[in-house]
Amino acid sequence: MRSIGLLIELKNGQVKDTNFGMATAVHAQDREIVALMVDTSVDTAKSSLETHGVTRIINIKTGCSGWNPSLQADAVAAAMEAFAIDSLVGLTSPTGRELLPRIAAKLDAPLIMDCLAIDPEARRVKTSQYSGKTIATITLNGNHFIYGLRPNAVPAVKQPANADIVDFEWAATPEDGYQVIETRMEEGGGQFLAEADIIISGGRGMKSGENFSLLDDCARHMGAAIGASRVAVDNGWVPYAMQVGQTGVKVNPKVYIAVGISGSIQHFAGMKTAKTIIAINTDENAAIMANCDYYVVGDLFEILPELEKALARAVS
Amino acid sequence: MNIYVCVKHVPDSAATITIEGPNTINEKITFLVNPYDEHAITEAARIKALKTDTQVVAVCLGKAAAENSLRSAMAMGADRAILIETDKPADSILTARALAAAILADGEPWIIFTGKESIDSEGMQTQFRLAANLGLPVATNVVKLDVEEKTVTVECERDPGTIDVLRMAVPAVLAAGKGLNTPNYPTFPDIVKSRKKPVKKITLDELDIKTPAAGMRIDTLEPAVESRNPKPLSGSAAEIAERIVDILKNEAKVI
Ligand SMILES: Cc1cc2nc3c(=O)[nH]c(=O)nc-3n(C[C@H](O)[C@H](O)[C@H](O)COP(=O)(O)OP(=O)(O)OC[C@H]3O[C@@H](n4cnc5c(N)ncnc54)[C@H](O)[C@@H]3O)c2cc1C
Ligand SMILES: Nc1ncnc2c1ncn2[C@@H]1O[C@H](COP(=O)(O)O)[C@@H](O)[C@H]1O
Repeated sequence: MRSIGLLIELKNGQVKDTNFGMATAVHAQDREIVALMVDTSVDTAKSSLETHGVTRIINIKTGCSGWNPSLQADAVAAAMEAFAIDSLVGLTSPTGRELLPRIAAKLDAPLIMDCLAIDPEARRVKTSQYSGKTIATITLNGNHFIYGLRPNAVPAVKQPANADIVDFEWAATPEDGYQVIETRMEEGGGQFLAEADIIISGGRGMKSGENFSLLDDCARHMGAAIGASRVAVDNGWVPYAMQVGQTGVKVNPKVYIAVGISGSIQHFAGMKTAKTIIAINTDENAAIMANCDYYVVGDLFEILPELEKALARAVS
Repeated sequence: MNIYVCVKHVPDSAATITIEGPNTINEKITFLVNPYDEHAITEAARIKALKTDTQVVAVCLGKAAAENSLRSAMAMGADRAILIETDKPADSILTARALAAAILADGEPWIIFTGKESIDSEGMQTQFRLAANLGLPVATNVVKLDVEEKTVTVECERDPGTIDVLRMAVPAVLAAGKGLNTPNYPTFPDIVKSRKKPVKKITLDELDIKTPAAGMRIDTLEPAVESRNPKPLSGSAAEIAERIVDILKNEAKVI
């Protein structure tokens, strides 16, 4: 039976929801779906992976701990060779952006990042190009095929299966001249903005950095990450780590709430793939109002306190 | 020992992209240096000052018109440039092979800079392939760089605000992120001076690289359609807030 590998990512010990979309994207009756996991505990992941059609879990053990993308990529490539897995799907997440191109370079295999759809049979994908202005259909050719799926591009569908766990011990030889010394968290970091499911962002309309606490108050109840427009960053209100857009982070949340943001082309370049966009703006002619799913013509200083109260009630 | 900077000639992010053939765009629009590559050039010019006898060499694979971006790179601080000319589309496997061959044929690399991604093909991978072809370590989305005698310490932004600190041996491939610096935009005298700097032109065929067995072929391009249908939420602030909560809960199912 043909098999396809999924590079699984954990967050706080759990398989992140976005991973299941990968299984759905490549599901087929006659295909074995193999989850590849590097240096993690696979036991807690097993049942959630089984719910989404994974039939085998390869538990890759490098004997090293900590983040080392060069070493982990080598380990995944080695597991692909050992188990004759010619196709691998991962997420276009911060981790995927490090690992997938390293694996592709190692195997000299074609790779398309940020896929919207994947056809593993035809080895054909859809992906965005030209800052998201066009959708390209691309055919891969070679001996191995690597795909980076855009998070939340394919909604997960349950597909119960039973999975066995296979250990793959791989004695790592760390790459010469490449050493991860530490990972540091900066101001505004640790939100995992790039992979957040809900984002609430503020722009010039927020008027000050202090007022971003209005967004914090709402975000806390929703488990949302907080973003910003470039104006809010350039004014020194919030750190650059929070900037969404062409020159900031590109996000793919399920819901994006834009507060006091006009919706410039450059801001859209970072968030236009959001599933649902909600805009709050005093100006009904702002660009964002014509390119969202729901819009509120109103003053954010009136709406946000009410939203905070309503959210508090809804989640309590 | 030279510093090489890979520079891609790409459509301006603000340009309107019109699809012409099944897989080609109308190229009568403004093209310029890929934005992340501007950070790479600026950093190269900064560290050049730390080492005597070092040249900054901008390298590009592209059509003849790509010379314009190489001129910009020289106005921003590169000493000279290499244009690998081809009219055919090149995927990142072929591009990385060509860049590696051109660099090796030219001189000895100290640091090779690229951008973290190109804004036209959005490949996010050429730097890794280039490094693999040359057998060098690679770091991506570099936002800080300290060079020492035989090593470099680099900070990479993995996720916004999450920084990996790496120590790498040189030569190394470093892919610049936007946080690395503020690009050196050239003054008029810089532009005038850059016109006299040399551009070595070679063709892709002349490089005589082994044709890759693997590849990626663009079959078709289509415009990305924004198919949103904006609906107003109205009422009092409290009513609007309730509607938003309802959407989050029952429609988007995120709370
Ligand atoms: C090369 C380049 C790259 C760029 N990259 C980025 C990027 O990555 N990200 C980015 O965001 N921008 C980027 N920009 C900047 C971009 O062009 C815009 O200037 C910026 O996005 C505007 O930010 P804004 O929407 O907060 O401000 P504005 O455009 O000024 O909009 C503020 C909005 O707030 C509304 N408002 C004011 N008061 C209230 C209130 N009380 N209640 C509700 N609404 C209110 C106003 O009606 C207005 O629509 C880039 C620009 C360039 C040239
Ligand atoms: N044709 C090219 N010529 C020169 N450099 C390139 C070319 N294509 C890609 N690069 C470099 O590789 C980086 C990443 O590109 P990509 O893999 O397309 O996202 C870019 O920022 C450039 O520095």
